[in-house]
Amino acid sequence: MCGICGCGSPEQKQSHKFVFKREHHHHHDELDTGRLIQLEQDLLSKNNTYATQNREYFKQHNIFVLNLVSSPGAGKTTLLVETIKALNGQFPIAVIEGDQQTEHDADRIRATGTPALQINTGRACHLEALGIGQALIELGVKDNSLLAIENVGNLVCPSSFDLGEAHKVVVLSVTEGDDKPLKYPDMFYAADVMLINKTDLLPYVDFDVERCIGYAKQVNPEIQIICLSSTKGDNFSAWTDWLSEQMQLLS
Amino acid sequence: MHELSLLENVREILEDHAQSQKFSKVSRVTLEIGKLSCIEPEALRFGFDVVMKGSLAEGAELIITELNGLGRCQQCGQNTVMEVLYDPCSHCGRPLTVVQGMEMKIKDLVVI
Repeated sequence: MCGICGCGSPEQKQSHKFVFKREHHHHHDELDTGRLIQLEQDLLSKNNTYATQNREYFKQHNIFVLNLVSSPGAGKTTLLVETIKALNGQFPIAVIEGDQQTEHDADRIRATGTPALQINTGRACHLEALGIGQALIELGVKDNSLLAIENVGNLVCPSSFDLGEAHKVVVLSVTEGDDKPLKYPDMFYAADVMLINKTDLLPYVDFDVERCIGYAKQVNPEIQIICLSSTKGDNFSAWTDWLSEQMQLLS
Repeated sequence: MHELSLLENVREILEDHAQSQKFSKVSRVTLEIGKLSCIEPEALRFGFDVVMKGSLAEGAELIITELNGLGRCQQCGQNTVMEVLYDPCSHCGRPLTVVQGMEMKIKDLVVI
């Protein structure tokens, strides 16, 4: 007998398919031949378990981890190269690069003398926590270091996948629309730091910095924002100072 | 298209539970997806049969229950239905804290 409508009982001859929607009927039919298991389990539970393991590892080894996210071409790799140069060995740095294909970005980081590992995600559009855990071992990240994870250029998917990082840093360049925070709110909601990059190009583009900041705060009132230019160095010290402060808080 | 990765996670979770809860086939999967999560139910439906093919959930029915977004205002304490993550409080216009709508869960299974 159906626990919802009582149909199928000896007293009730009428089939409930005339009374209820098809979904109910179907539901009832299947329970006749199967067992219902209540799971209430997060789809991302596996990834979250790996992310928690990564976070514990980072804590034990005093490693400060950033997950850099942006659309393709916002300047994440250049930002990292210039960050490494500007910090000039103040503390050890390691980089994990995520791209669908090629070693190009890891090669650019290695050219600075910094260890880097490239993860090619193939058809996947984001990095996952399990891959980061494996990369950590392969890369041999030193204790008391900064680990920058450059995610696949994509403003949608990486927002859902925790890697165990301390902060998600979203990079938005002024050659993009200043309304990106509203167009892709999930990422700006998940991030707690936003870098507005390529500010040296502001005279040539139609990008309103104040409007962009307003939109970002609308999505995420707590987000910290730094405007800078990686290639020209404008206000770059605000970023490297923030990193140095975070590294000091770690020790 | 991270829905495919998420469906692969679903398949792995089902395989784990098949061992611990002793079942060999899944005939129905019910997912609960919040409207503020960045998951497109249509994309899940599109990929479900492909990802489950060859697994214990091949041919299973997929039911997706969508949950409305709901935010609580930290100033006035009232709840507002949210369509997007940046909807303000409908009573006082201030930012909301999401209390419902980010869910992406496997709610239940029917197994044989």
